[in-house]
Amino acid sequence: MATPELLNLGFEFVEIFAFIVLATVGLAVIFGMMGIINLAHGEFILVGAYTTSFAVAAGLPLAAAMAVGVLATAAFGLVLERLIIRRLYGRLLDSMVVTWGISLVMIQLTRIAFGNTAPGVGIPFGQLPVVDGPVYYLVLAVVAVGVLGGLYALFMWTDFGVRARATMQDEATARSMGVDTDRMYTATFAIGSGLAGLAGALYAPVMTVTPEYGTSFLVEAFVAVVVGGSSVLLGTILASGFLGTVNAAFTNLAGTFMGQVAMLVAAIVAIRLMPDGITGLLSDLREKWGESE
Amino acid sequence: MTGPRCSRRDVLAGGSASALAGLAGCVADGGLVGLGDGSSGPTVAILEDRSGTFALTGTAKYRTTKLAIEEINRDGGILGEEIDVFSPDPQSDNMRYQDLTRYAIYRENVDVMWAGYSSATREAIRPIVNEHEQLYFYTTQYEGGVCDKTVFPLGATARQQLGAVVPYMIEEYGDEIYTIAADYNFGQLSGDWVKIIAEEHGAEVVGEEYIPLDESQFGSTINDIRSADPDFVMSMLVGQDHSSFYEQRLASGLTDVPIGTSTNMAQEREHLRIDPPALEDVYAGVSYMEELPTERNEAFVERYDDRWDDAEYINQEAQNNYFSVYLYKEAVERAGTFDQAAVIEELESGIEVEAPEGDVALDPATHHVEHNMRVAHADENHEITFDDERTIEPSFLHDVGCDLTSDAEQTQYEPADYYEVI
Repeated sequence: MATPELLNLGFEFVEIFAFIVLATVGLAVIFGMMGIINLAHGEFILVGAYTTSFAVAAGLPLAAAMAVGVLATAAFGLVLERLIIRRLYGRLLDSMVVTWGISLVMIQLTRIAFGNTAPGVGIPFGQLPVVDGPVYYLVLAVVAVGVLGGLYALFMWTDFGVRARATMQDEATARSMGVDTDRMYTATFAIGSGLAGLAGALYAPVMTVTPEYGTSFLVEAFVAVVVGGSSVLLGTILASGFLGTVNAAFTNLAGTFMGQVAMLVAAIVAIRLMPDGITGLLSDLREKWGESE
Repeated sequence: MTGPRCSRRDVLAGGSASALAGLAGCVADGGLVGLGDGSSGPTVAILEDRSGTFALTGTAKYRTTKLAIEEINRDGGILGEEIDVFSPDPQSDNMRYQDLTRYAIYRENVDVMWAGYSSATREAIRPIVNEHEQLYFYTTQYEGGVCDKTVFPLGATARQQLGAVVPYMIEEYGDEIYTIAADYNFGQLSGDWVKIIAEEHGAEVVGEEYIPLDESQFGSTINDIRSADPDFVMSMLVGQDHSSFYEQRLASGLTDVPIGTSTNMAQEREHLRIDPPALEDVYAGVSYMEELPTERNEAFVERYDDRWDDAEYINQEAQNNYFSVYLYKEAVERAGTFDQAAVIEELESGIEVEAPEGDVALDPATHHVEHNMRVAHADENHEITFDDERTIEPSFLHDVGCDLTSDAEQTQYEPADYYEVI
């Protein structure tokens, strides 16, 4: 394989990896940590994208518009958690039905309120010379890695992170230790929503923003969460890396359609061999090694 | 057993009596046997999407049909009768389309219907239309090949649209073509037509890719186009996810390769939705665009904008809906009745009408229209200019021997059965 082709392949991998990470990470927090199967994840992304598009159209610089998009989605998630989601903790199937309903209502409301398209944004920063791809895709990848790092720091190193994790693992004990678990749930849900909004905001320039915008992210997000397994961060990284590699390789060899097919087949095989996802397998292995020592 | 109790037999008898009463009600409505419901004017079904995937194009289709009907009613109706409209929103859902089509035919007893955006929708309701010999206008530009006694597919076919733009592109830019198209029957068949027309003009398709409808990332497609280095790209991308292609093309610097298309701009107004200059040097083969600078069209656009406060872009198919209502009116007046078989016979006698795109003539043998085709070019500000128009007849169906005036068939022909190049 000639060097430019290798570079192209690498660039495609970066592009897909960033997409999967950003599409997944909000869902991973809400589903992986909180046990809410959020079928309205795509519409959280939609809120971020619409807010960003309209903020740009109103004259805000792109970066500020994106920040507005993230904050708006986090606020939206916060309100939704207070009104509806908080009644659904521990009720996995109910959460599915309710969030699915929310998703349908939101798509239609968006259409009624804003029509069938949002104002276009345009991809910033121009193009990379060697692979002739947009520079912006590299920015997306950097942001994706930054988000993962930030989440790790937030949940592992801060007082808030410890309390949040304690709440999700054993609510009763956490409460008896003086943690305001209600607030932890709300805050975690708002963070997950904000991350979904971030995906929407970042991809608003790349993909045409319409009421069905969120559905473009849904398959990648759910597949990656399930393949990744219960550990939010490590799972997202490993699943995005694995699925991104398969997708990029097959897209490069046989076109976009085969790239998607190969990614889904790989996901099926992965779930068959590792029912608890990649991180589930890793923790099994760790236990086995622990015993044999 | 004493007391006033209902026996099971009583209940059954009562039930069937009320069922009969209900049936009588149906008959009185003119639903089942078509006795008429007091008003003797025609009922028109407009089944066009105002929500769901095709809302972007369907809303304008619905509105231009309404506009034409309102104009006709204001001028005294058809045969002195006002037109009634049955127009629920099918919501881009093919199951709903089937239900509503049955309802329109059985319960509303409609005299004519306009319905559906996608080919998939048309094929979902065509069996019902055929079973009841329902007069049906399908107005989307489509892959072509439908030869059906009661169906009038009035949109320009792939042969007509691509027949205008592909030869133009070959002459202007060269003979190596790269095809990208949506991965379903419309896109696949359009890709076949590009090959056929390319061969007829001594050009060649050097690469092609069929892309799933929900795909919105085009990085690898753009790379493949670049490494194939064609003289131009033919794009039959469809829908809102695919319109991301143009922004990504601009950001990747692929703007030096011009693009010909049969789908973009005239239907989903990409040139207005997407920031310039993403559609620079895109050439579309079209029968109609709102920007068409003729007096007749400008008057039509003005009437439309006056009628609807939040008027959206008039896409190609919306214009087809508009003029086909007048086509129907003309046929009914010649026939002197709303009887569908008689109206079809008049439509098959060769009818012309003044459409916003120019005068159009219905081809009796194929039920298609000889459209005024043009090549529309978008510049870096997305301003549209048109080259000279040409009339392209729906020749493929003539080649395969479709003649509905003598043979009442209900077939869709495919180019692969008739051309060796595919």
